[in-house]
Amino acid sequence: MAQAPTRAKRKNPVLRTPLPTLPPHARSRVALGLTAAAARGALELQVCRDCGAVQYPPREVCRDCLSSRLTWRPRNGDGELVAETVLRTAQELYFRERLPWRIGIVRLDGANLVVYVHESVGRVPRRVRVEAALDRAGEAVLIAVSPNGRTDLSADAKLREMTCDPRGRKILVTDGKTVIGQAVVRALAAAGAEVIWVGEAEPWKKIAGSATLRDLPQVTMVPLDVTDSASVRELAGEIGAKVDILVNTADCHRTSAIGARGALDAAQLEMDINYFGLLRLAKEFAPLLKARAADGPASSVAWVNVLSIFALANYPPHGTYSASKAAALSLSQALRADLYTAGVRLINLFPGPVDDEWDQLEMPPKLSPGALAAAVVAALQGSLEDVYPGEVAQDWLARYRDNAKALERELSEGSR
Amino acid sequence: MAASGYADVVLAAPVTVPYVRYSIRGAHWFIGRALAQLLAAANIEKERIDGLAVASFTLAPDTAVGLTQHLGLTLRWLENPPMGGASAVVSIRRAARAVQSGDAVIVACIGGDTNHTDSFRRNTSAFSQFAQDAVYPYGSGGPNTSFALLTSYYMRSYGAQREDFGKLCVAQRNNALNNPLALFKKPLTLDQYLNARLIADPLRLFDCVMPCAGTEGFLVMREGTARALGLPYARLLAAIERHNAFPDDPVQFRGGWAIDRDELFAQAGLRHDDIDFVEVYDDYPVINVLQFEDLGFCSKGEGPDFIRANSFEVDGTFPCNTSGGQLSVGQAGAAGGHLGVVEAIRQLTGQTLGARVVDARYGLVSGFGMINYDRGICSGAVVLAAD
Amino acid sequence: MKAAAKKRKTKEAPKKTNQKTPKKARTTAAEPANDHLRGWLRMLAASPRLRLVDLTQTLSPDFPPIVLPPEMGQARPFRMEQISRYDESGPAWYWNNLSFGEHTGTHFDAPIHWISGRDLANNSVDALPVEHFIAPASVIDCSAEAGANADFLLTVGHIKAWERRHGRIAAGSWVLMRTDWSKRSDPVAYQNLDETGQHTPGPDPACVRFLVKERNILGFGTETIGTDAGQAAHFKPPYPCHYYMHGAGKYGLQCLCNLDLLPATGALMVAAPLKIREGSGSPLRVFAIVPMRRRG
Repeated sequence: MAQAPTRAKRKNPVLRTPLPTLPPHARSRVALGLTAAAARGALELQVCRDCGAVQYPPREVCRDCLSSRLTWRPRNGDGELVAETVLRTAQELYFRERLPWRIGIVRLDGANLVVYVHESVGRVPRRVRVEAALDRAGEAVLIAVSPNGRTDLSADAKLREMTCDPRGRKILVTDGKTVIGQAVVRALAAAGAEVIWVGEAEPWKKIAGSATLRDLPQVTMVPLDVTDSASVRELAGEIGAKVDILVNTADCHRTSAIGARGALDAAQLEMDINYFGLLRLAKEFAPLLKARAADGPASSVAWVNVLSIFALANYPPHGTYSASKAAALSLSQALRADLYTAGVRLINLFPGPVDDEWDQLEMPPKLSPGALAAAVVAALQGSLEDVYPGEVAQDWLARYRDNAKALERELSEGSR
Repeated sequence: MAASGYADVVLAAPVTVPYVRYSIRGAHWFIGRALAQLLAAANIEKERIDGLAVASFTLAPDTAVGLTQHLGLTLRWLENPPMGGASAVVSIRRAARAVQSGDAVIVACIGGDTNHTDSFRRNTSAFSQFAQDAVYPYGSGGPNTSFALLTSYYMRSYGAQREDFGKLCVAQRNNALNNPLALFKKPLTLDQYLNARLIADPLRLFDCVMPCAGTEGFLVMREGTARALGLPYARLLAAIERHNAFPDDPVQFRGGWAIDRDELFAQAGLRHDDIDFVEVYDDYPVINVLQFEDLGFCSKGEGPDFIRANSFEVDGTFPCNTSGGQLSVGQAGAAGGHLGVVEAIRQLTGQTLGARVVDARYGLVSGFGMINYDRGICSGAVVLAAD
Repeated sequence: MKAAAKKRKTKEAPKKTNQKTPKKARTTAAEPANDHLRGWLRMLAASPRLRLVDLTQTLSPDFPPIVLPPEMGQARPFRMEQISRYDESGPAWYWNNLSFGEHTGTHFDAPIHWISGRDLANNSVDALPVEHFIAPASVIDCSAEAGANADFLLTVGHIKAWERRHGRIAAGSWVLMRTDWSKRSDPVAYQNLDETGQHTPGPDPACVRFLVKERNILGFGTETIGTDAGQAAHFKPPYPCHYYMHGAGKYGLQCLCNLDLLPATGALMVAAPLKIREGSGSPLRVFAIVPMRRRG
């Protein structure tokens, strides 16, 4: 029953391309706690620190003891599906266009959760696991899935909407020169992408490994220099209207500390590629992605940026690089807000040091380019938008959320 | 443990502003016209109205406060119950204490709404914080979703069949055929009910009310006031309300009436078989069944048997929703609960628009409403008696 | 001396300089200029001494750029970032990265710079005929008037008065408006902005029309930041020098200096903009070759 295409049918050019509609995206502030966790792929619910009661729907004070000490905690999601229905009519355009929908009530930790029900789940009553996902408006929704095995959201014809599944899609990888870029291209090909355009700047500079990318049948090399507005515009004119997923791997990484003697030019190049490059890509490609967000089964769905955990907190030995990635992070939030008006998701990855030339002096554990590429694919196949792949990234994230000032000090003392 | 009773409180002047499917007018028009009809029915000047209880979903940005200026009312008692289909019985409960204590002399109780082509979507999308956060994003089904879940749970738990619900709907339609104001004019067969198009499994078209525009209203006063005005009236014998009952039930299979029904009948000084007709809140037939059970006419889970054993037409063994109920008359927003009160007053005062329940002395009106998240929060009931 | 080297048309046609169908090509100033060129080269050859005068301001970060309202796109001021200077970034060499706008410092305006010239053939700096990069210059001294009135406007009357003394302005020549404005080394005085805008001298609309239609000049040059007067936004049409000159396929030069070292006539000016693909102008080195009289 899954309708993920392995090869998209050619579109009838005489027909109007449908415009994107969105599911309802109004949420109270407390409810956004669910979204914050879902963005990382986690299910979290409020738990009362005084009496332990689990709260749902999200609220301001405990429904039992009225304590205000409610805290978001990860849950394993084990519950029971106690009621279900299939909606055949809907008031909102988004749902009207996608009827029918299977909805249910899951009893979990003493709370009642209204959920989507994955088609692999049998009829009520049924033990299920509840997961959080992001819907097309970027808001958290709950999904009841089978308790055993890994969930494949894209195997459900409706819930596939919440993923950015690369299978059958046309993808632009902005820089195929770097080891990360090459790994991403290979991983996307293995995940079933139909076409992968691979951006190449300065073709006179040959990098080991990039030649063999051309051997992949999905791959087409295209000229793309994100420091050159004309280059970005030209590529957008040529292929932009076909791109379903844009993966921005363009990266300039130098290991300049702020007090280092010498030229500003390295820092300027980092900004020109990492920040202004993103801006140039956004100006040209974002409108094109938004226009095709409802263009059939192989619609445009996602924008992926490979940032760095250094974007979250500056790593002084790579001070100017960190700042350029932080600038890119901020800009990508603006881009995310823009893309979400059409239901296109923006995914940021924040890897720690990668096993490449510029992180040569960083101590292990380091992320392999293959592992980073796998994280890109997993993010697209799942339903998340903030990805922290690898141990170092997870460690820094935990420290940042616990006490950002402490992390700042730790990094400035040269420890990690 | 009953509080002081409702002695000396009466209800009079049942009025209806005829329902229309859509209207370009605002809610203020429907409420204002109901007030005008109340004045005409009671043959009083507007200044005699010193208390007002209004329920409406489409008054925004106004509340009842705005109506005072809009309609030119100077009041010493004002209520704006936000309880949906329970607002009528709650209005009665509040107004009764007002007139008993002398805080007001004549209280107008009005429920009414307009209905624009986008009213339903607007109202459901911003219905409550929990609905916004945790229901509406899952298909925007509004109450259809919640009642589908509830109905399927009830059917699975107690063996109810669709034919059982269908019987109620067909009976109410038969009642409506005598009601000139009902929006549904054609008979409904069980076959049509069973095979109508699906709305949300297992609910089909005739399980759902038709939202429309309209108003229902009546006056609450002390018996002496009604006599002085020469108005026919029904007495208030008992009133209960309960909100957020049984919060730990995983799915709502019983409502607040179950907690207070003994109190209701004790206040009224009646037994169940003294009741000559019921006007139950009927936005979906499963709620009728919950009310039959929770008000004590049968035990929990015996609803299907109760339905099979009875007939619900005006001349049946258990007359129910004698003007057709919301399912066959229409749901004019917050007037859904007032519909039953107004019909009960008509039955008990001999002013029916359609068929009469013969020798009706006692009627029970039940209200329900506000699917805040996954269940109806508000419930209440009153028992009325003919003079 | 042999006649000047035969005219060589540049073989390489620039790619994509001008995609639109060009309007009927107006009479270029090439043919008369080449006649003059041959004439002037003969005169230079006959002259005992030649003096070369640099008419270019130094490109530095201090040089003020043109100011537009903030909602408009802004031209970059000149900036230099050192790449290395015989150090660990480059042990044996010194070099810089530059950033600037096409219209920063002493610079050349091509017809494509203005909307009135946008459809002309060969209207961008990479497509201009090379023959136009060396041409005679007529220098009109307005230094006294400009010194007394920052908003001084050059009129047809001024031109005709000048011509009565120095002869008719030749077709295909540059007309340079000397105001000694370049001697204002303080950028505040150079920009001369107040709350009503910029106050710098320039030509009035009728003067520009006259120079274009009646004299068919090659281009107009000034010492100020624009070829138009500082208040030209309010003229009819606005910015008449840009509008009429570029609309007729003529050029502009701005931020010149040392015009006070040039004779009223007789100087040959070299002004060759950078060959930028589809460029609207560029900073450049401008200098004049002045034949010295026996007495000088």
